[in-house]
Amino acid sequence: MLNASLKELASALDARQISSVELTSLFLQRIEALNLSLNAFITVDRDGALAAASAADASRAAGDAGPLTGIPIAHKDVFCTEGLLTSCGSKMLSNFVSPYDAHVVSLLRDAGTVLLGKTNMDEFAMGSSNENSFYGPARNPWNTGHVPGGSSGGSAVAVAARMSPVATGTDTGGSVRQPAAFCGITGIKPTYGLVSRFGMIAYASSLDQGGALGRSAEDCALLLSAMTGFDGRDSTSLDRPPADLSAELDQPLTGLRIGLPTEFFGPGMDDDVRAAVENALDEYRRLGAETVQVSLPNAKLAIPAYYVIAPAEASSNLSRFDGVRYGHRAAEYGDLADMYSKSRAQGFGAEVKRRILAGAYVLSHGYYDAYYLQAQKLRRLIADDFARAFAQCDVIAGPTAPTTAYAIGAKSDDPVQMYLGDIYTVAVNLAGLPAISLPAGSGAGGLPVGLQLIGNYFEEARLLAAAHGLQRVTDWHLRQPGDGQ
Amino acid sequence: MSLDQDQIKHIARLARIELSPGEVEPTLDKLNGVFALIEQMQAVDTTGVEPMSHPQDVSQRLRDDEVTETNRRPAFQRIAPQTEAGLYLVPKVIE
Repeated sequence: MLNASLKELASALDARQISSVELTSLFLQRIEALNLSLNAFITVDRDGALAAASAADASRAAGDAGPLTGIPIAHKDVFCTEGLLTSCGSKMLSNFVSPYDAHVVSLLRDAGTVLLGKTNMDEFAMGSSNENSFYGPARNPWNTGHVPGGSSGGSAVAVAARMSPVATGTDTGGSVRQPAAFCGITGIKPTYGLVSRFGMIAYASSLDQGGALGRSAEDCALLLSAMTGFDGRDSTSLDRPPADLSAELDQPLTGLRIGLPTEFFGPGMDDDVRAAVENALDEYRRLGAETVQVSLPNAKLAIPAYYVIAPAEASSNLSRFDGVRYGHRAAEYGDLADMYSKSRAQGFGAEVKRRILAGAYVLSHGYYDAYYLQAQKLRRLIADDFARAFAQCDVIAGPTAPTTAYAIGAKSDDPVQMYLGDIYTVAVNLAGLPAISLPAGSGAGGLPVGLQLIGNYFEEARLLAAAHGLQRVTDWHLRQPGDGQ
Repeated sequence: MSLDQDQIKHIARLARIELSPGEVEPTLDKLNGVFALIEQMQAVDTTGVEPMSHPQDVSQRLRDDEVTETNRRPAFQRIAPQTEAGLYLVPKVIE
Protein backbone atom coordinates (compact mmCIF):
# COMPACT_ATOMS: atom_id res chain seq x y z
CA MET A 1 0.00 0.00 0.00
CA LEU A 2 2.86 2.36 0.72
CA ASN A 3 3.95 2.13 -2.91
CA ALA A 4 0.53 2.19 -4.52
CA SER A 5 -0.58 4.93 -6.91
CA LEU A 6 -3.47 7.20 -5.96
CA LYS A 7 -5.72 5.31 -8.36
CA GLU A 8 -4.76 1.99 -6.74
CA LEU A 9 -5.32 3.45 -3.28
CA ALA A 10 -8.76 4.72 -4.29
CA SER A 11 -9.66 1.29 -5.71
CA ALA A 12 -8.49 -0.45 -2.55
CA LEU A 13 -10.54 1.96 -0.45
CA ASP A 14 -13.55 1.49 -2.73
CA ALA A 15 -13.24 -2.29 -2.55
CA ARG A 16 -12.96 -2.05 1.26
CA GLN A 17 -9.62 -3.86 1.14
CA ILE A 18 -8.39 -1.20 3.49
CA SER A 19 -9.98 1.70 5.34
CA SER A 20 -8.64 5.23 5.29
CA VAL A 21 -7.92 4.91 9.02
CA GLU A 22 -5.75 1.86 8.33
CA LEU A 23 -4.05 3.52 5.38
CA THR A 24 -3.42 6.68 7.37
CA SER A 25 -1.98 4.66 10.27
CA LEU A 26 0.37 2.93 7.84
CA PHE A 27 1.77 6.24 6.60
CA LEU A 28 1.94 7.65 10.15
CA GLN A 29 4.02 4.63 11.17
CA ARG A 30 6.27 5.17 8.19
CA ILE A 31 6.72 8.83 9.20
CA GLU A 32 7.54 7.82 12.77
CA ALA A 33 10.12 5.34 11.53
CA LEU A 34 11.87 7.70 9.13
CA ASN A 35 11.38 11.29 10.19
CA LEU A 36 14.18 11.33 12.73
CA SER A 37 16.71 10.60 9.99
CA LEU A 38 15.05 12.40 7.05
CA ASN A 39 13.52 15.43 8.82
CA ALA A 40 10.84 15.71 6.14
CA PHE A 41 8.08 16.85 8.50
CA ILE A 42 8.08 19.86 10.82
CA THR A 43 4.69 18.91 12.26
CA VAL A 44 2.90 15.56 12.26
CA ASP A 45 -0.81 15.77 13.08
CA ARG A 46 -1.56 12.20 14.15
CA ASP A 47 -4.87 12.94 15.90
CA GLY A 48 -6.14 15.25 13.18
CA ALA A 49 -5.17 12.76 10.49
CA LEU A 50 -6.93 9.84 12.17
CA ALA A 51 -10.07 11.94 12.73
CA ALA A 52 -10.08 13.06 9.08
CA ALA A 53 -9.51 9.46 7.96
CA SER A 54 -12.41 8.28 10.03
CA ALA A 55 -14.63 11.00 8.52
CA ALA A 56 -13.47 9.95 5.04
CA ASP A 57 -14.41 6.34 5.78
CA ALA A 58 -17.85 7.53 6.88
CA SER A 59 -18.30 9.54 3.64
CA ARG A 60 -17.32 6.52 1.61
CA ALA A 61 -19.73 4.31 3.52
CA ALA A 62 -22.45 6.86 2.73
CA GLY A 63 -21.61 6.53 -0.96
CA ASP A 64 -20.04 9.96 -1.14
CA ALA A 65 -16.43 9.47 -2.20
CA GLY A 66 -14.35 11.24 -4.84
CA PRO A 67 -10.97 10.22 -6.26
CA LEU A 68 -9.10 11.69 -3.28
CA THR A 69 -11.43 10.75 -0.43
CA GLY A 70 -9.42 9.14 2.35
CA ILE A 71 -6.05 9.66 0.61
CA PRO A 72 -3.29 10.83 2.98
CA ILE A 73 -1.42 13.98 1.98
CA ALA A 74 1.25 16.34 3.32
CA HIS A 75 1.28 20.11 2.91
CA LYS A 76 4.36 22.23 2.62
CA ASP A 77 4.57 24.36 5.75
CA VAL A 78 4.06 27.50 3.65
CA PHE A 79 0.30 26.76 3.48
CA CYS A 80 -1.72 28.08 6.41
CA THR A 81 -3.60 25.34 8.26
CA GLU A 82 -6.13 26.42 10.88
CA GLY A 83 -5.20 25.17 14.34
CA LEU A 84 -1.85 23.74 13.25
CA LEU A 85 1.63 25.24 13.45
CA THR A 86 2.43 27.01 10.16
CA SER A 87 6.10 27.90 10.51
CA CYS A 88 7.18 28.51 6.91
CA GLY A 89 10.50 27.00 8.05
CA SER A 90 11.24 30.14 10.08
CA LYS A 91 11.91 31.00 13.68
CA MET A 92 9.77 34.07 12.96
CA LEU A 93 6.68 31.86 12.69
CA SER A 94 7.80 29.06 14.99
CA ASN A 95 4.90 30.01 17.30
CA PHE A 96 2.33 30.71 14.59
CA VAL A 97 -0.76 28.52 14.85
CA SER A 98 -2.74 29.75 11.87
CA PRO A 99 -6.25 31.07 12.54
CA TYR A 100 -7.36 30.19 8.99
CA ASP A 101 -6.82 27.76 6.11
CA ALA A 102 -5.15 28.46 2.79
CA HIS A 103 -7.50 28.08 -0.18
CA VAL A 104 -5.53 25.01 -1.34
CA VAL A 105 -5.86 23.47 2.11
CA SER A 106 -9.65 23.96 2.15
CA LEU A 107 -10.01 22.62 -1.40
CA LEU A 108 -8.05 19.48 -0.58
CA ARG A 109 -9.86 18.95 2.68
CA ASP A 110 -13.19 19.30 0.88
CA ALA A 111 -11.92 16.74 -1.63
CA GLY A 112 -11.57 14.31 1.30
CA THR A 113 -7.79 14.17 1.65
CA VAL A 114 -6.32 13.32 5.04
CA LEU A 115 -3.63 15.75 6.20
CA LEU A 116 -0.70 13.86 7.79
CA GLY A 117 1.34 16.94 8.61
CA LYS A 118 3.39 19.87 7.41
CA THR A 119 6.65 19.45 5.55
CA ASN A 120 10.05 21.01 5.97
CA MET A 121 11.19 23.80 3.67
CA ASP A 122 13.74 26.53 3.20
CA GLU A 123 12.80 29.49 5.34
CA PHE A 124 10.04 31.49 3.60
CA ALA A 125 10.68 29.29 0.52
CA MET A 126 14.01 31.02 -0.08
CA GLY A 127 16.53 28.39 -0.98
CA SER A 128 17.36 25.50 -3.25
CA SER A 129 18.66 22.96 -0.75
CA ASN A 130 16.43 22.99 2.35
CA GLU A 131 19.48 24.02 4.35
CA ASN A 132 17.85 27.37 5.13
CA SER A 133 15.20 25.79 7.33
CA PHE A 134 15.10 26.88 10.97
CA TYR A 135 14.26 23.23 11.70
CA GLY A 136 17.41 21.88 10.06
CA PRO A 137 17.63 20.43 6.56
CA ALA A 138 15.46 17.60 5.31
CA ARG A 139 17.71 14.85 3.97
CA ASN A 140 17.73 13.18 0.60
CA PRO A 141 16.50 9.60 1.04
CA TRP A 142 18.80 8.44 -1.81
CA ASN A 143 21.80 9.60 0.22
CA THR A 144 21.17 11.20 3.58
CA GLY A 145 24.43 13.15 3.34
CA HIS A 146 22.97 15.02 0.37
CA VAL A 147 20.40 17.79 0.11
CA PRO A 148 16.86 17.00 -1.06
CA GLY A 149 16.66 20.26 -3.00
CA GLY A 150 14.41 23.13 -2.14
CA SER A 151 12.53 24.93 -1.21
CA SER A 152 9.82 22.22 -1.13
CA GLY A 153 12.43 19.70 0.06
CA GLY A 154 10.38 18.16 2.85
CA SER A 155 7.47 17.46 0.49
CA ALA A 156 9.78 15.83 -2.05
CA VAL A 157 11.42 13.68 0.65
CA ALA A 158 8.03 12.69 2.08
CA VAL A 159 6.87 11.40 -1.32
CA ALA A 160 10.20 9.81 -2.31
CA ALA A 161 10.50 7.94 1.00
CA ARG A 162 6.80 7.03 0.84
CA MET A 163 5.96 8.88 4.06
CA SER A 164 3.04 10.34 2.11
CA PRO A 165 1.52 9.30 -1.23
CA VAL A 166 1.51 12.90 -2.50
CA ALA A 167 2.33 16.37 -1.21
CA THR A 168 1.79 20.02 -2.05
CA GLY A 169 4.58 22.45 -2.74
CA THR A 170 5.18 25.93 -4.08
CA ASP A 171 7.43 27.03 -6.91
CA THR A 172 8.78 30.58 -7.16
CA GLY A 173 11.99 29.82 -9.06
CA GLY A 174 12.00 26.02 -9.24
CA SER A 175 10.98 25.02 -5.72
CA VAL A 176 8.69 22.18 -6.79
CA ARG A 177 10.62 20.95 -9.83
CA GLN A 178 14.18 20.95 -8.47
CA PRO A 179 13.47 18.97 -5.25
CA ALA A 180 11.33 16.58 -7.32
CA ALA A 181 14.35 16.07 -9.59
CA PHE A 182 16.78 15.64 -6.68
CA CYS A 183 14.52 13.11 -4.94
CA GLY A 184 13.49 11.10 -8.02
CA ILE A 185 9.81 11.99 -8.07
CA THR A 186 7.44 13.97 -10.30
CA GLY A 187 6.52 17.58 -9.59
CA ILE A 188 4.45 20.09 -11.54
CA LYS A 189 4.14 23.85 -11.32
CA PRO A 190 1.07 25.08 -13.21
CA THR A 191 0.51 28.31 -15.12
CA TYR A 192 0.76 31.33 -12.83
CA GLY A 193 -2.71 32.18 -11.56
CA LEU A 194 -4.25 28.69 -11.61
CA VAL A 195 -3.63 27.83 -7.96
CA SER A 196 -4.83 30.38 -5.42
CA ARG A 197 -2.15 32.08 -3.34
CA PHE A 198 -4.63 32.84 -0.53
CA GLY A 199 -3.12 31.55 2.70
CA MET A 200 0.12 30.61 0.98
CA ILE A 201 2.70 32.67 2.84
CA ALA A 202 4.04 35.12 0.30
CA TYR A 203 7.63 35.22 -0.90
CA ALA A 204 7.59 36.83 -4.38
CA SER A 205 3.95 37.32 -5.25
CA SER A 206 4.31 37.78 -9.01
CA LEU A 207 6.13 34.42 -9.24
CA ASP A 208 4.79 32.25 -6.37
CA GLN A 209 2.64 29.37 -7.54
CA GLY A 210 1.37 26.27 -5.76
CA GLY A 211 2.13 22.88 -7.28
CA ALA A 212 1.87 19.14 -6.81
CA LEU A 213 4.46 16.49 -5.97
CA GLY A 214 3.81 12.80 -6.48
CA ARG A 215 5.44 9.66 -7.59
CA SER A 216 4.01 9.81 -11.11
CA ALA A 217 2.42 12.23 -13.56
CA GLU A 218 -0.82 10.32 -13.06
CA ASP A 219 -0.78 11.09 -9.31
CA CYS A 220 0.19 14.71 -9.93
CA ALA A 221 -2.70 15.08 -12.40
CA LEU A 222 -5.20 13.93 -9.79
CA LEU A 223 -3.79 16.17 -7.09
CA LEU A 224 -3.34 19.28 -9.23
CA SER A 225 -6.88 18.98 -10.64
CA ALA A 226 -8.16 19.31 -7.08
CA MET A 227 -5.89 22.29 -6.27
CA THR A 228 -6.75 24.61 -9.13
CA GLY A 229 -9.71 26.92 -9.43
CA PHE A 230 -10.66 30.58 -9.23
CA ASP A 231 -10.46 32.26 -5.84
CA GLY A 232 -11.63 35.84 -5.44
CA ARG A 233 -9.36 36.23 -2.41
CA ASP A 234 -6.26 36.07 -4.62
CA SER A 235 -6.11 39.15 -6.84
CA THR A 236 -4.07 37.29 -9.47
CA SER A 237 -6.25 34.18 -9.55
CA LEU A 238 -7.48 33.38 -13.08
CA ASP A 239 -11.13 32.69 -13.70
CA ARG A 240 -11.04 29.61 -15.92
CA PRO A 241 -13.37 26.65 -16.33
CA PRO A 242 -12.28 23.71 -14.12
CA ALA A 243 -10.05 21.22 -15.92
CA ASP A 244 -9.74 17.46 -15.46
CA LEU A 245 -6.01 17.10 -15.94
CA SER A 246 -6.26 13.30 -15.96
CA ALA A 247 -8.53 13.20 -19.02
CA GLU A 248 -5.80 13.39 -21.67
CA LEU A 249 -3.14 11.29 -19.95
CA ASP A 250 -3.31 8.41 -22.39
CA GLN A 251 -3.00 10.47 -25.55
CA PRO A 252 -0.31 8.98 -27.80
CA LEU A 253 2.87 11.00 -28.21
CA THR A 254 3.09 10.46 -31.96
CA GLY A 255 3.83 13.76 -33.62
CA LEU A 256 4.51 15.59 -30.36
CA ARG A 257 7.05 18.28 -31.18
CA ILE A 258 9.63 18.61 -28.40
CA GLY A 259 11.68 21.79 -28.56
CA LEU A 260 15.28 21.58 -27.38
CA PRO A 261 16.64 25.03 -26.52
CA THR A 262 20.29 25.37 -27.50
CA GLU A 263 20.82 27.33 -24.30
CA PHE A 264 19.70 24.38 -22.12
CA PHE A 265 22.18 21.95 -23.61
CA GLY A 266 25.37 24.02 -23.52
CA PRO A 267 28.20 23.76 -21.02
CA GLY A 268 27.33 23.97 -17.34
CA MET A 269 25.39 20.72 -17.14
CA ASP A 270 27.05 17.72 -15.51
CA ASP A 271 27.77 14.76 -17.80
CA ASP A 272 25.59 12.32 -15.87
CA VAL A 273 22.64 14.72 -16.09
CA ARG A 274 23.22 15.22 -19.82
CA ALA A 275 23.39 11.46 -20.44
CA ALA A 276 20.12 10.81 -18.61
CA VAL A 277 18.32 13.66 -20.36
CA GLU A 278 19.56 12.53 -23.81
CA ASN A 279 18.46 9.01 -23.00
CA ALA A 280 14.96 10.20 -22.09
CA LEU A 281 14.78 12.20 -25.33
CA ASP A 282 15.70 9.05 -27.30
CA GLU A 283 12.85 7.30 -25.54
CA TYR A 284 10.50 10.08 -26.65
CA ARG A 285 11.69 9.70 -30.24
CA ARG A 286 10.95 5.98 -30.05
CA LEU A 287 7.45 6.88 -28.86
CA GLY A 288 6.93 8.88 -32.04
CA ALA A 289 7.75 12.36 -30.82
CA GLU A 290 10.01 14.56 -32.89
CA THR A 291 12.62 16.93 -31.51
CA VAL A 292 13.26 20.35 -32.94
CA GLN A 293 15.96 22.87 -32.14
CA VAL A 294 14.67 26.09 -30.57
CA SER A 295 16.36 29.07 -28.98
CA LEU A 296 15.76 31.06 -25.81
CA PRO A 297 18.44 33.74 -26.27
CA ASN A 298 17.43 35.72 -23.18
CA ALA A 299 17.32 32.72 -20.84
CA LYS A 300 20.72 33.65 -19.46
CA LEU A 301 19.18 36.83 -18.06
CA ALA A 302 16.63 34.89 -16.04
CA ILE A 303 18.82 34.49 -12.96
CA PRO A 304 19.81 38.16 -12.66
CA ALA A 305 16.21 39.25 -13.32
CA TYR A 306 14.88 36.73 -10.81
CA TYR A 307 17.32 37.84 -8.11
CA VAL A 308 16.05 41.40 -8.49
CA ILE A 309 12.32 40.70 -8.72
CA ALA A 310 12.11 38.01 -6.03
CA PRO A 311 14.08 39.89 -3.32
CA ALA A 312 12.27 43.14 -4.15
CA GLU A 313 8.89 41.51 -3.68
CA ALA A 314 10.15 39.60 -0.64
CA SER A 315 11.36 42.75 1.09
CA SER A 316 7.90 44.20 0.64
CA ASN A 317 6.00 41.02 1.61
CA LEU A 318 8.12 40.27 4.65
CA SER A 319 7.68 43.75 6.10
CA ARG A 320 4.51 42.35 7.69
CA PHE A 321 6.60 40.44 10.23
CA ASP A 322 6.93 43.13 12.83
CA GLY A 323 6.52 41.32 16.14
CA VAL A 324 3.21 43.09 16.77
CA ARG A 325 0.34 40.99 15.46
CA TYR A 326 1.82 37.48 15.27
CA GLY A 327 5.14 35.73 15.11
CA HIS A 328 8.34 36.23 17.03
CA ARG A 329 8.89 39.26 19.25
CA ALA A 330 12.26 39.92 20.87
CA ALA A 331 12.26 39.45 24.63
CA GLU A 332 14.07 42.72 25.27
CA TYR A 333 13.91 45.99 23.38
CA GLY A 334 13.86 49.76 23.78
CA ASP A 335 11.56 51.80 21.59
CA LEU A 336 9.25 50.67 18.79
CA ALA A 337 11.90 50.80 16.06
CA ASP A 338 14.23 48.78 18.27
CA MET A 339 11.49 46.20 18.84
CA TYR A 340 11.00 45.80 15.08
CA SER A 341 14.72 45.59 14.35
CA LYS A 342 15.51 43.11 17.11
CA SER A 343 12.45 40.93 16.46
CA ARG A 344 13.30 40.72 12.77
CA ALA A 345 17.02 40.21 13.38
CA GLN A 346 16.24 37.27 15.66
CA GLY A 347 13.32 35.87 13.69
CA PHE A 348 14.87 35.72 10.21
CA GLY A 349 17.77 33.52 9.12
CA ALA A 350 20.81 34.74 7.17
CA GLU A 351 19.53 34.07 3.63
CA VAL A 352 16.15 35.67 4.29
CA LYS A 353 17.87 38.75 5.72
CA ARG A 354 20.13 38.96 2.67
CA ARG A 355 17.19 38.81 0.27
CA ILE A 356 15.26 41.44 2.25
CA LEU A 357 18.29 43.73 2.22
CA ALA A 358 18.94 43.17 -1.48
CA GLY A 359 15.28 43.87 -2.19
CA ALA A 360 15.20 46.97 -0.03
CA TYR A 361 18.23 48.26 -1.90
CA VAL A 362 16.94 47.69 -5.45
CA LEU A 363 13.64 49.35 -4.50
CA SER A 364 15.25 52.28 -2.71
CA HIS A 365 15.15 55.82 -4.02
CA GLY A 366 16.91 56.27 -7.34
CA TYR A 367 17.38 52.57 -8.12
CA TYR A 368 13.88 51.40 -9.05
CA ASP A 369 14.21 52.03 -12.80
CA ALA A 370 17.68 50.53 -13.03
CA TYR A 371 16.76 47.33 -11.23
CA TYR A 372 13.12 46.39 -10.67
CA LEU A 373 11.81 48.01 -13.85
CA GLN A 374 14.73 46.70 -15.94
CA ALA A 375 14.12 43.20 -14.53
CA GLN A 376 10.43 43.43 -15.48
CA LYS A 377 11.43 44.37 -19.01
CA LEU A 378 13.75 41.36 -19.17
CA ARG A 379 10.82 39.30 -18.01
CA ARG A 380 8.96 40.41 -21.11
CA LEU A 381 11.92 39.48 -23.35
CA ILE A 382 12.14 36.06 -21.71
CA ALA A 383 8.39 35.46 -22.12
CA ASP A 384 8.62 36.57 -25.79
CA ASP A 385 11.42 34.02 -26.35
CA PHE A 386 9.15 31.26 -25.09
CA ALA A 387 6.28 32.49 -27.28
CA ARG A 388 8.52 32.28 -30.36
CA ALA A 389 9.74 28.81 -29.35
CA PHE A 390 6.18 27.55 -28.88
CA ALA A 391 5.42 28.51 -32.48
CA GLN A 392 7.78 25.66 -33.44
CA CYS A 393 7.04 23.06 -30.77
CA ASP A 394 4.44 21.74 -28.32
CA VAL A 395 6.65 21.32 -25.26
CA ILE A 396 10.19 22.34 -24.41
CA ALA A 397 12.54 19.83 -22.81
CA GLY A 398 15.77 20.09 -20.89
CA PRO A 399 17.33 19.25 -17.56
CA THR A 400 15.61 20.42 -14.38
CA ALA A 401 18.91 21.19 -12.67
CA PRO A 402 22.52 21.21 -13.88
CA THR A 403 23.59 18.65 -11.26
CA THR A 404 22.15 15.87 -9.16
CA ALA A 405 21.66 16.43 -5.42
CA TYR A 406 24.86 17.75 -3.89
CA ALA A 407 26.31 17.14 -0.44
CA ILE A 408 24.87 19.05 2.50
CA GLY A 409 27.13 22.05 3.09
CA ALA A 410 28.64 22.03 -0.42
CA LYS A 411 27.06 25.32 -1.52
CA SER A 412 25.52 26.71 1.65
CA ASP A 413 28.21 29.34 2.12
CA ASP A 414 28.11 30.66 -1.44
CA PRO A 415 24.74 32.17 -2.41
CA VAL A 416 25.79 32.87 -5.99
CA GLN A 417 26.73 29.21 -6.63
CA MET A 418 23.43 28.18 -5.06
CA TYR A 419 21.48 30.62 -7.26
CA LEU A 420 23.15 29.35 -10.44
CA GLY A 421 21.62 25.93 -9.77
CA ASP A 422 18.27 27.52 -10.71
CA ILE A 423 19.46 28.22 -14.25
CA TYR A 424 16.90 25.97 -16.01
CA THR A 425 13.93 26.63 -13.77
CA VAL A 426 13.61 30.37 -13.09
CA ALA A 427 12.84 31.51 -16.64
CA VAL A 428 9.63 29.47 -16.44
CA ASN A 429 8.46 31.40 -13.37
CA LEU A 430 9.35 34.74 -14.92
CA ALA A 431 7.23 33.85 -17.96
CA GLY A 432 4.49 32.32 -15.77
CA LEU A 433 4.47 29.07 -17.75
CA PRO A 434 3.64 25.55 -16.50
CA ALA A 435 6.45 22.99 -16.20
CA ILE A 436 6.96 19.51 -14.85
CA SER A 437 10.01 17.60 -13.63
CA LEU A 438 10.00 13.84 -13.96
CA PRO A 439 12.61 11.23 -13.06
CA ALA A 440 14.70 10.39 -16.10
CA GLY A 441 17.45 8.16 -14.85
CA SER A 442 20.19 8.12 -12.32
CA GLY A 443 23.51 9.86 -12.26
CA ALA A 444 26.71 9.43 -10.32
CA GLY A 445 26.24 7.68 -6.98
CA GLY A 446 22.80 6.47 -8.04
CA LEU A 447 21.26 9.90 -7.44
CA PRO A 448 18.17 10.71 -9.51
CA VAL A 449 18.19 13.01 -12.54
CA GLY A 450 15.15 15.07 -13.48
CA LEU A 451 13.89 15.88 -16.96
CA GLN A 452 12.02 19.15 -17.25
CA LEU A 453 9.19 19.67 -19.71
CA ILE A 454 7.85 23.20 -20.14
CA GLY A 455 4.45 23.85 -21.68
CA ASN A 456 2.69 26.83 -23.14
CA TYR A 457 0.14 28.65 -20.95
CA PHE A 458 -2.65 26.37 -19.67
CA GLU A 459 -1.06 23.29 -21.26
CA GLU A 460 -0.84 21.36 -17.97
CA ALA A 461 -2.82 18.45 -19.44
CA ARG A 462 -0.41 18.15 -22.36
CA LEU A 463 2.62 18.26 -20.05
CA LEU A 464 1.16 15.60 -17.79
CA ALA A 465 0.32 13.43 -20.81
CA ALA A 466 3.86 13.80 -22.14
CA ALA A 467 5.27 12.81 -18.74
CA HIS A 468 2.82 9.94 -18.38
CA GLY A 469 3.72 8.69 -21.87
CA LEU A 470 7.34 8.28 -20.78
CA GLN A 471 6.33 6.76 -17.45
CA ARG A 472 4.28 4.10 -19.23
CA VAL A 473 7.40 2.74 -20.90
CA THR A 474 10.08 3.46 -18.29
CA ASP A 475 10.31 2.71 -14.59
CA TRP A 476 12.45 5.57 -13.30
CA HIS A 477 9.51 6.94 -11.34
CA LEU A 478 8.97 3.57 -9.66
CA ARG A 479 12.53 3.19 -8.41
CA GLN A 480 12.97 3.83 -4.76
CA PRO A 481 15.73 4.88 -2.44
CA GLY A 482 17.42 1.73 -1.27
CA ASP A 483 16.78 -0.13 -4.54
CA GLY A 484 19.99 -1.55 -5.93
CA GLN A 485 22.07 -0.41 -2.98
CA MET B 1 27.40 48.15 -8.30
CA SER B 2 29.14 47.57 -5.02
CA LEU B 3 27.92 48.57 -1.59
CA ASP B 4 29.98 49.93 1.26
CA GLN B 5 29.53 49.55 4.99
CA ASP B 6 27.56 52.76 5.43
CA GLN B 7 25.14 51.81 2.67
CA ILE B 8 24.50 48.37 4.11
CA LYS B 9 23.85 49.85 7.55
CA HIS B 10 21.46 52.35 6.00
CA ILE B 11 19.54 49.62 4.13
CA ALA B 12 19.38 47.48 7.26
CA ARG B 13 17.86 50.44 9.09
CA LEU B 14 15.31 50.91 6.30
CA ALA B 15 14.46 47.20 6.41
CA ARG B 16 14.25 47.25 10.23
CA ILE B 17 16.78 44.48 10.65
CA GLU B 18 19.42 44.98 13.31
CA LEU B 19 22.88 43.97 12.09
CA SER B 20 25.47 43.35 14.77
CA PRO B 21 28.89 44.87 14.05
CA GLY B 22 30.22 41.39 13.29
CA GLU B 23 27.49 40.72 10.71
CA VAL B 24 28.11 43.82 8.59
CA GLU B 25 31.21 42.64 6.72
CA PRO B 26 30.07 39.08 5.84
CA THR B 27 26.64 40.37 4.80
CA LEU B 28 28.29 42.97 2.62
CA ASP B 29 30.57 40.38 0.98
CA LYS B 30 27.74 38.07 0.09
CA LEU B 31 25.44 40.84 -1.10
CA ASN B 32 28.16 42.27 -3.31
CA GLY B 33 28.55 38.83 -4.88
CA VAL B 34 24.83 38.78 -5.60
CA PHE B 35 24.90 42.32 -6.99
CA ALA B 36 27.75 41.38 -9.33
CA LEU B 37 25.47 38.66 -10.70
CA ILE B 38 22.55 41.07 -11.06
CA GLU B 39 24.72 43.60 -12.83
CA GLN B 40 24.61 41.51 -16.06
CA MET B 41 21.13 42.94 -16.58
CA GLN B 42 22.47 46.39 -17.26
CA ALA B 43 24.14 45.29 -20.49
CA VAL B 44 20.77 44.73 -22.17
CA ASP B 45 19.11 47.51 -24.12
CA THR B 46 15.43 47.41 -23.16
CA THR B 47 14.35 50.65 -24.78
CA GLY B 48 10.70 50.36 -25.75
CA VAL B 49 10.14 47.04 -23.97
CA GLU B 50 6.92 46.97 -21.96
CA PRO B 51 7.60 45.82 -18.35
CA MET B 52 5.77 42.61 -17.41
CA SER B 53 4.25 42.14 -13.97
CA HIS B 54 1.66 39.42 -14.65
CA PRO B 55 2.07 36.89 -17.45
CA GLN B 56 -1.58 37.14 -18.48
CA ASP B 57 -1.55 40.94 -18.21
CA VAL B 58 -4.70 40.91 -16.13
CA SER B 59 -5.77 44.03 -14.26
CA GLN B 60 -7.08 44.25 -10.74
CA ARG B 61 -10.63 43.00 -10.34
CA LEU B 62 -13.27 45.03 -8.58
CA ARG B 63 -15.81 43.45 -6.30
CA ASP B 64 -19.12 44.63 -4.93
CA ASP B 65 -18.73 46.83 -1.89
CA GLU B 66 -20.26 44.52 0.68
CA VAL B 67 -19.13 42.92 3.92
CA THR B 68 -17.54 39.53 3.24
CA GLU B 69 -15.46 38.96 6.37
CA THR B 70 -16.73 38.42 9.88
CA ASN B 71 -15.04 39.90 12.92
CA ARG B 72 -12.56 37.35 14.28
CA ARG B 73 -10.58 39.61 16.55
CA PRO B 74 -10.26 37.16 19.49
CA ALA B 75 -8.92 34.43 17.18
CA PHE B 76 -6.42 36.80 15.60
CA GLN B 77 -5.31 38.30 18.88
CA ARG B 78 -4.81 34.95 20.55
CA ILE B 79 -1.61 34.56 18.51
CA ALA B 80 -0.33 38.09 19.10
CA PRO B 81 2.73 38.64 21.31
CA GLN B 82 0.97 41.18 23.56
CA THR B 83 -2.62 42.47 23.65
CA GLU B 84 -4.87 44.24 26.11
CA ALA B 85 -8.57 45.11 25.89
CA GLY B 86 -8.65 44.12 22.23
CA LEU B 87 -5.62 46.25 21.36
CA TYR B 88 -2.13 45.27 20.21
CA LEU B 89 0.49 46.56 22.64
CA VAL B 90 3.73 48.16 21.45
CA PRO B 91 6.29 50.36 23.23
CA LYS B 92 5.08 53.87 23.88
CA VAL B 93 5.45 56.09 20.79
CA ILE B 94 3.88 59.31 22.07
CA GLU B 95 4.85 60.77 25.44
